[in-house]
Amino acid sequence: MIDMGCSLVGCGVEEDHSWSMDDYAGATARWCPGCGDHAVLTAVERLLEAEQLAPERTVFVSGIGCSSRFPHYINTYGFHGLHGRALPVATGVKLRRPDLDVFVVMGDGDCCSIGAGHWIHTTRYNPNLVVLMLDNGVYGLTKNQTSPTSPAGRPSNTQPKGAYLQALNPIASTLGVTNASFVAQTGDWIPEHLYQTIRAAFHHRGFSFVRILQRCPKFTEDLFMNAVRDPNVIELMVHPDGIPTLGIDEIYKHQTPHDPADLDMALTLAQFSDRIRLGLFYRDPTVPVYDELRAEHVQSAEQRVSLLNEELDRYAV
Amino acid sequence: MNASSAVSATDDSSAAMTEDPLLQTLPECTVEIVSDSGEGAQKCGQLFGRVSAGMGNGVWTVEIIPAEIQPPARTPGSASGNRIRIGTDPVTNWGDAANLVVAFNEQVLLARHRLGALAEDAIILIEAKWGDHEDPAIREAWAGAMEEMGQRRYRFVPIPMEDRTFEITDGLPRGKNMFALGVIATIFSRDLDKLGELIAHEFRTKPPEVTELNVALLRAGAEWAAEHIDFRIDVPVEAPSRAMVVMNGNQAIAMGAIAAGMELCAMYPITPATSASHYLSEIFERFGGTVHQAEDEIAAVGVAVGASYAGRVAFTITSGPGLALKTEFLGLSVMTETPLVVVDVQRGGPSTGLPTKVEQSDLLAAIFGQPGDAPHMVLAPATIEECFACMVTARRIAEAFRSLVIVLSDANLATGVQPFPRPDVTTDWIAAPPDLSAVPEGTRPYEWDHDAGVSQRIIPGQPGGMFTATGLSHDERSKVAYSPDVHHRGSAMRSRKLAVFQGTLNPPPIHGDSSGDLLIVGWGSTKGAIEEAVDRARNEGYAVSSVHLRFLNPLEPGLKDIFARFGKVMTVEINYSDDPADPFITEENRRRGQLSWLLRATTLVDVDCWTRIAGEPLRPGQIYEAIRSRLQEGAGS
Repeated sequence: MIDMGCSLVGCGVEEDHSWSMDDYAGATARWCPGCGDHAVLTAVERLLEAEQLAPERTVFVSGIGCSSRFPHYINTYGFHGLHGRALPVATGVKLRRPDLDVFVVMGDGDCCSIGAGHWIHTTRYNPNLVVLMLDNGVYGLTKNQTSPTSPAGRPSNTQPKGAYLQALNPIASTLGVTNASFVAQTGDWIPEHLYQTIRAAFHHRGFSFVRILQRCPKFTEDLFMNAVRDPNVIELMVHPDGIPTLGIDEIYKHQTPHDPADLDMALTLAQFSDRIRLGLFYRDPTVPVYDELRAEHVQSAEQRVSLLNEELDRYAV
Repeated sequence: MNASSAVSATDDSSAAMTEDPLLQTLPECTVEIVSDSGEGAQKCGQLFGRVSAGMGNGVWTVEIIPAEIQPPARTPGSASGNRIRIGTDPVTNWGDAANLVVAFNEQVLLARHRLGALAEDAIILIEAKWGDHEDPAIREAWAGAMEEMGQRRYRFVPIPMEDRTFEITDGLPRGKNMFALGVIATIFSRDLDKLGELIAHEFRTKPPEVTELNVALLRAGAEWAAEHIDFRIDVPVEAPSRAMVVMNGNQAIAMGAIAAGMELCAMYPITPATSASHYLSEIFERFGGTVHQAEDEIAAVGVAVGASYAGRVAFTITSGPGLALKTEFLGLSVMTETPLVVVDVQRGGPSTGLPTKVEQSDLLAAIFGQPGDAPHMVLAPATIEECFACMVTARRIAEAFRSLVIVLSDANLATGVQPFPRPDVTTDWIAAPPDLSAVPEGTRPYEWDHDAGVSQRIIPGQPGGMFTATGLSHDERSKVAYSPDVHHRGSAMRSRKLAVFQGTLNPPPIHGDSSGDLLIVGWGSTKGAIEEAVDRARNEGYAVSSVHLRFLNPLEPGLKDIFARFGKVMTVEINYSDDPADPFITEENRRRGQLSWLLRATTLVDVDCWTRIAGEPLRPGQIYEAIRSRLQEGAGS
């Protein structure tokens, strides 16, 4: 394991402090009323409290878009960067500061369009990050353009006759990447499932990819309307190793037993469905974690000078 | 310089000599070794350069690199190798023309001839087998090449490189480069034991037989030359007054990054920057550092920004096309005031341009290339030694000012090898470990000091310091704010850092007299060639001086005063400018050298420029001619 202790000054955790939900409250969220992002924020704050994560040792990294305002609304460290580029920044944080808990918040345009390269490759690096991809099927902040996950036929300002293409399938795509180690799907309107999914993601060591189906009351109100109103549209994947469904399994009658160790079945379930499947598609705790793979013991300044002099000896004339 | 003037006129050097070879003592000599790509002329040249440096000569080497890995053999486009200029005194540039050439075939030689790279009286040691080759097409190509080169007074000395190599390698077509190295080792009386050690180091990861075979070839070449070459060249050595090291500029940048205490190099492969990360990949982990090969140029800078935001010192290294891709992150580094060092090893552009060749065309892009107002520092090392030192400087500036620092190296420095005084590495250069102590209550993340524009950096892990860094316009608390006052104030504070930083700089030293008829202004790798040309002109009585700028943004202070003391000011750069004599070109539409544009805008002085964009380092002779013609223009008007 990495040993950063020697070079961190003043590093000490207050053992007797207890954090409450209020400690995690940042600026008042300025998302639209009814936006699914509010529910995600609440679930995350609940997780931080449950896990007693020190705000100063927690980092939220985001891209650009409605959901990427997230770090401003939570009282931890945050980095609100560039459109599509949250994952490289988060990887950089984790690579040299594995002592921090790092969460990434992205939207569907952020992750699956402009940042698609980083999405694929960071899945393969498998750094220890919790990745929340808030998928509302539209570019909201720039006002209603077709996104990669917009359903075919849905009109927008850029495709007024309806989206020309079938929507991209983020779950199947992630499952297809070498080293995918945690792939789950949940919905913003089922608070308990949302919370349990983020919690499972947090406890997975590796790149925990959670697609959160998220309502946009302004532009895609219809997208998950049926799913919200009619539990029969939802199918829960259930398994002792999956996302706990206690308390909601009375409501969601359609349930499929699915062992999250089964990648073939995960791909099948991700691709073929007449219902919206929620739960844990896949988890492999054995995939090497990039920040552990690349962990180095930082030598003291004196040691580095001495090693550098040895290296200079090789070039001495 | 005339390397062959004292050489006997016999062309029959394959016959065993009966007399002692003629010895010529020279203050300097330029050697080129050129082969088809993959035949190892580069290795041969590098080893000759290193042994010469090791024996105390001043050395400058330049790689001759084809654009492809394995272009068709025996074509001018396949020419690959090395130019090594050695001297009694320190050598600061690649010189004008080669005095001694080892050519593995006549086509690669022709390429050098066509570029005007060979001295009028160059001695050319050339593989003997092509002229009477069994293949008529090859014989014809040989004859054509010889005719084309026939106008020059080259002296050709055939050497049986391949035949003798085959005798030792049992017919394997490998190792001619070591035979050639042996030949020039004899001509310059290089220490064969020392060369043997260098060869052993070169092949340290291979089985010992590989070293043995290569040393055997070296000795075979040396013995053959002792018997058959009728001249020797002595470039005397003066004992160095202090310990020296020898390396190329990319190695120096990598070592400098370590000396600066950097912990992460995030990169994506791009020529000619990549060799720095190759070298770092070999050694960095021993120091606790990481080379992260990212999925693309954007991710590479993003990872560096992330690590730096988290309190670790990080850099990214790239070339022009990569710098273009990183642009948005550079603006973010400025806006969030996340310290970041970006090294741009410039090559020919625009677009893919000349990937392996030197150019200085990224200056304005480096300074102004970020959309929005994104003030930051830009500096440029002028020597291999400065490639090392500038990384320590860049890291310090980046952290002290919470700023972006772009370092402009180039392909000439990247691959050039030069001995320089061994750096006296100290722990003072190494970044302090991240401070994770609690932040005093009420401290704001952008508590801009009105007099410096600088605020104290807060990093994750510090209790009480939680804030969200953002690329959006923000106030001192890092709260998103769109009010005109806030945006103006943030911009002013980010800009103030440059003004304050400039206040810490000294005016540049002047090479030559502090006033005169002409002042040459240069930057980057051209320093050695410019100063050699200026010295030559001064020796002939011309009132010319030069200044060489290391800090390009902000510029070093005092330039306007210095310029006022000269009749004319002219930049010399490796980038494009319109020829003022071109009928299409007027004073108003002339596109100028990039530094000259910058200096004109900053000083309102009528700064002229002389630039070349030939995909090769400037030759001191060209600059000398430019100086003369500018001064004569002045005399005529």
